Amino acid sequence: MSDWTPPSTVNLVDLGFMDARSKLIDLAAFLDRVQRADQTDDFRVQALKNAIALLSLNEPTRAKDVLLSFSDPSSEAIEKATMQGAIGAYRG
Amino acid sequence: MNYIEPHGHMVSRTTDDYERMALAGCQAICEPAFWAGFDRASADGFYDYFRQITEYEPKRAARFGIKHFSWLCINPKEAEDTKLAEEVIGLIPQFIHKPGVLGIGEIGLNKNSRNELRIFEQHVQLAQDYDQLVLIHTPHLEDKLKGTKLIVEALKNFPKIKPERVIIDHVEEHTIDPVLDQGFWAGITLYPESKCTPNRAIDMLEHRHAERIWMNSACDWGISDPLAVPKTMQAMRQRGWTAEMIQRVAYENPVAFMGQSGKFHL
Repeated sequence: MSDWTPPSTVNLVDLGFMDARSKLIDLAAFLDRVQRADQTDDFRVQALKNAIALLSLNEPTRAKDVLLSFSDPSSEAIEKATMQGAIGAYRG
Repeated sequence: MNYIEPHGHMVSRTTDDYERMALAGCQAICEPAFWAGFDRASADGFYDYFRQITEYEPKRAARFGIKHFSWLCINPKEAEDTKLAEEVIGLIPQFIHKPGVLGIGEIGLNKNSRNELRIFEQHVQLAQDYDQLVLIHTPHLEDKLKGTKLIVEALKNFPKIKPERVIIDHVEEHTIDPVLDQGFWAGITLYPESKCTPNRAIDMLEHRHAERIWMNSACDWGISDPLAVPKTMQAMRQRGWTAEMIQRVAYENPVAFMGQSGKFHL
């Protein structure tokens, strides 16, 4: 848009660090919890671990890359829907 | 600051929510037809539902000075029963000329099945036949990317449907670019856990310079927040957005898209 006015510079770390820190510790605790319960074989846990690895990449497209990693990569419509909900990670 | 809630399922919300939204500056709510949380047994249920969102909800909203508009369809979650879906699509023409009806929606895909795609295309045909705007729901979570691609491909078979008269809703970071790059409008849904947070929405708005994008709460019977839009406006202020740019996203963009219906009068 030609008349786009960018936001003024603010300290985004001040704004978001504590929230991000909290979410990261929650994620770490979740992985500890499922490991202690011997539930790490669940495909969703593996999908989460695969996604976590993407956070170490240097491009500012991490959110997109994480979403892509959870996505069904196929392109053809399925024959029939056998459920109505979604799980959050593609089972393969 | 005034704002528009372009996607709220108010049949699922209390009258208190209307009051809270009015207090927060909401000027208009637009209610797409959706899944009730269970599959309806017959088209008669939809007839009553269409009456509710075209006749009753506008009156409930008006008590708080809020304009109410609606969109009509059968949601893709009920599209596997193609007989029911076709009966419901057959009901739509008798409601489509009501003053608050903005178009066909929220149609789309859920699990990306052939029947869902077939019913989606019948809805798009209806929109084309009646020269209506289209509001599209994209699937949840792992199904969103594939569903968005199937929807964009299917729309190419309807050359009379202009992309600027279609909004593809619930975009996230992995789907917003293909939607906007094809000339469609994009909706960002501020929905806890399964869709988008305020900060992610603002990231996407900045990435795309807020062009052809609206944001909505999609508040419904699930865990959702009817004040998600004004809360995101507050987050925009904290992130250095000017009042003019916030107003563009929260008010002017929805007006620009829905104004194409010829019925969106505030």
